[in-house]
Amino acid sequence: MSAGTRLENANPFIFQRSGERLLTASEEDENVIDPIDDREIFDIIRSINDPEHPLSLEELNVVEQMRVKVNDQESTVSVEFTPTIPHCSMATLIGLSIKVKLLRSLPDRFKIDVHITPGTHASEDAVNKQLADKERVAAALENAHLLEVVNQCLSTRPA
Amino acid sequence: MKDTLQLVHRLSAHPDSRCWYVAWSPTGALLASCGGDRAIRIWAKEGDTWQCKCVLSDGHQRTVRKISWSPCGNYLASASFDATTCIWKKKEDDFQCLTVLEGHENEVKCVAWAPSGNLLATCSRDKSVWIWEVDEEDEYECVSVVNSHTQDVKHVVWHPTQELLASASYDNKVCIYKEEDDDWECRATLEGHTSTVWSLSFDPEGQRLASCSDDRTVKIWKECGTGDESVDGSWKCVCTLSGFHSRTIYDVAWCRLTGALATACGDDGIHVFKEEAASDPEQPVFYVSAHVPKAHSQDVNCVAWNPKEAGVLATCSDNGEIAIWNYQSDA
Repeated sequence: MSAGTRLENANPFIFQRSGERLLTASEEDENVIDPIDDREIFDIIRSINDPEHPLSLEELNVVEQMRVKVNDQESTVSVEFTPTIPHCSMATLIGLSIKVKLLRSLPDRFKIDVHITPGTHASEDAVNKQLADKERVAAALENAHLLEVVNQCLSTRPA
Repeated sequence: MKDTLQLVHRLSAHPDSRCWYVAWSPTGALLASCGGDRAIRIWAKEGDTWQCKCVLSDGHQRTVRKISWSPCGNYLASASFDATTCIWKKKEDDFQCLTVLEGHENEVKCVAWAPSGNLLATCSRDKSVWIWEVDEEDEYECVSVVNSHTQDVKHVVWHPTQELLASASYDNKVCIYKEEDDDWECRATLEGHTSTVWSLSFDPEGQRLASCSDDRTVKIWKECGTGDESVDGSWKCVCTLSGFHSRTIYDVAWCRLTGALATACGDDGIHVFKEEAASDPEQPVFYVSAHVPKAHSQDVNCVAWNPKEAGVLATCSDNGEIAIWNYQSDA
């Protein structure tokens, strides 16, 4: 995030980005109602910037399409994310960025749950509990400094 | 199920924001609401509709999380994420900010006026519960700061008749406080919930306490009295309502007039439970008397029974709406 400070994970393994979604004829037909699917949710979150590296969450394998579950009919979305190292101090910020991106992108009817992939972080339960507490999330987003950091993660990086 | 819960009114109370909480005035004539838009609104019924009588928007810099009426109905206290609590005085149809209570380090999550009107309790993410004394000159003095929780304190509620306070926390526990030699002390800790306890409500007689949690259960706690007021009784869980809610339960309210128990849930639904008349006081049995699965289009944050009109229930939601319901029971 800030230049000059030592990165927690200086040499992360970088993953290939997935290709663009292939649109089918029925998806392009405005008269066909197609439910929101896992790939659409993944497309919303894969470009989120990592707070430390000039890379996306997809390139760091923090988010993967197989860890996204959406049920359009029941209006539920569940996302698991995998911090690059088990002691990553950015885990809460990454989870918050994913949550905020989904809250801003999806219709209000959706219940959005964001969790750490089980067994991949030392403070998994504490981070999950904080991310699930909407009162704490609401208070955090009223904090101008934190909101700016989240918005940086959500901003489009110049190509 | 012959009992019914019918929608009477639905109002957009805090548009483009969240309505966090609603509270009836002691006479049941006014309803106050507060929300993410930093405002408090006062509503009154006029004929068949509900009108906003005033908007208090200049008191807080951040979300107004909860509000509490004084027992006389002339004051309103508001708790905000801006770390302050405002005391508003009613002047005819308007409210004026009388004083601002400062001291908490960060978000104030709840404020509650004691039945005597002489004490006020606040709690915060700073893990503390503060007790304030009110004198005739409208002066507020903090008389005690209690740090019994290890996390964020979500809710405080006073016993209906005794000077006894209960608090609920992110540490999954409930604490019960009493005054001891001019100081307030935690006298009992209620453990059993497996996640954040969001809200509490005493039954009409004050013999039992209901708690609701992120663990999707409601627990009923009963004081095992010693018969001697100077010795503390302990509180034990006599009933757990599980399997009824599919997400976090944000609020629970026990109706003083009918004994019905209402819950507000993150699954958008509201439930009303009733107690089996013949059930054993040590093992009470509650049944679902009414359930509205999609009471609001988003999370329901609060349930409040009108203190004078039996069966009138107000609820509010993340979509900024308030709904007024009429509950009728044959039992």
